[in-house]
Amino acid sequence: MLTEATDPIATRFIAGGTNLLDLMKQQVEQPAKLVDINRLPLSAITELPNGGLRLGALVTNADTAYHPLVQGRYPLLAQTILAGASPQLRNKATNGGNLMQRTRCYYFYDVATPCNKRMPGSGCGALGGYNRVCGILGTSESCIATHPSDMCVALAALEAVVQVSGPHGERTIPMADFHRLPGNEPHRDNTLLPGELITAIDLPAQGFAQHYTYLKLRDRTSYAFALVSVAVGLELTDGLITQARLALGGVAHKPWRRPAAEAMLVGQPAEPETYRAVVQSLLAGSRGYDHNAFKIELAERAIVQALSQALNRSA
Amino acid sequence: MTTTFPINPPAPAALLLPEPGPVTLHVNGQSIALTIAPWTTLLDALREHAHLSGTKKGCDHGQCGACTVLMNGTRINSCLSLAVMHQDDEITTIEGLAHGDELHPLQQAFIDHDAFQCGYCTPGQLCSAVGLLSEGHARTAEEIRELMSGNICRCAAYPHIVSAIQEVMHAQPLRP
Repeated sequence: MLTEATDPIATRFIAGGTNLLDLMKQQVEQPAKLVDINRLPLSAITELPNGGLRLGALVTNADTAYHPLVQGRYPLLAQTILAGASPQLRNKATNGGNLMQRTRCYYFYDVATPCNKRMPGSGCGALGGYNRVCGILGTSESCIATHPSDMCVALAALEAVVQVSGPHGERTIPMADFHRLPGNEPHRDNTLLPGELITAIDLPAQGFAQHYTYLKLRDRTSYAFALVSVAVGLELTDGLITQARLALGGVAHKPWRRPAAEAMLVGQPAEPETYRAVVQSLLAGSRGYDHNAFKIELAERAIVQALSQALNRSA
Repeated sequence: MTTTFPINPPAPAALLLPEPGPVTLHVNGQSIALTIAPWTTLLDALREHAHLSGTKKGCDHGQCGACTVLMNGTRINSCLSLAVMHQDDEITTIEGLAHGDELHPLQQAFIDHDAFQCGYCTPGQLCSAVGLLSEGHARTAEEIRELMSGNICRCAAYPHIVSAIQEVMHAQPLRP
């Protein structure tokens, strides 16, 4: 049964609208009403008492990426946001909307083909179709779509927390729990409840501003979605890794993390020999389809490359 | 031969569509009162209702940049925005860049550097370049290319576009 959050003719919040209006033109979304939320007081970036940073849901992606506190303390997030979309889109798209954007799977967008995410029960066109851009991790027989965001990959690596307000009050959702795997309910992109609205994204104090990178691999060097991307944050003491974060984009229905794989890096020297087991752990269970099996080796190599890049970067 | 899937919900037939209503836009220093449906994009409002057809419709999906305009000095895709949401904004289109017969420096530079062929993307390229300069994040040719990547030119005038922008950028005093 469709809920308001998944009903394509229900009411939708609109902020930047850069994805929603496109989906409406494609008739993927046909909301009966749009509620313009741009006058809500959610347009600030503020410091938190715990040393973290609160990103208002209505701050644009561009204003977030170029904000001095983001550039200084969370350069991984700044780099990642600027790797996505175009300047025009980043000037309009908001932080909340970035989390809410929908997959760019061709079959989701093409209303002449079946898609369980767009129309539950209709089937998956990508499974036996042209699935080059689709996922290799956490997929299901119902859906092999990926989440398209770059920003969310960095937010996952940084363990950001999503602030939500709704009919039953306010609550927080860790990034790891915000987006979900498709399972047999691929029409549910995330764990928001009907009527809930993202109000802010909180960044913890730990920003990995010394050793970080976002490596994005795509078909052209700008303004394209990731085939595979890797966000890395490392803390090092005397050549040993003391803390590690790794998140992948372009490979799953959500930013892909496995804290157990990250834990394998802790206490180890930052050397390529250390990485092999980490790569295997992070990508365990990966499965390629007719046109995207290349993503598995691409991801393996990208993880190693990103770890090396992160080490060599010093702020 | 036709194949039918239960792929998309039927259009909500019982819905009462809202009537066109008054929307006032502030474009190139002038207030323009329109009567338009609430789902009218800023692009369609400018072109079809305000008859400012300098802004171009290319893909209509935010992929080509031909529809780029300035919103309070910030470049956006006018195809992915609703006109009704911009009544408090100052919109600048290609028609608003020149002062009378005096071209904007970027317009003159595009001519001097032969930075277009068919010209269809040019209004968007120019508005985008104005935004790029005021944002102040590009200094090198590589940075200009990256930060102009939202504007496609199928005549591939890219090298000349970059040259034109560089000339104007270097003629401007550097920002602090």
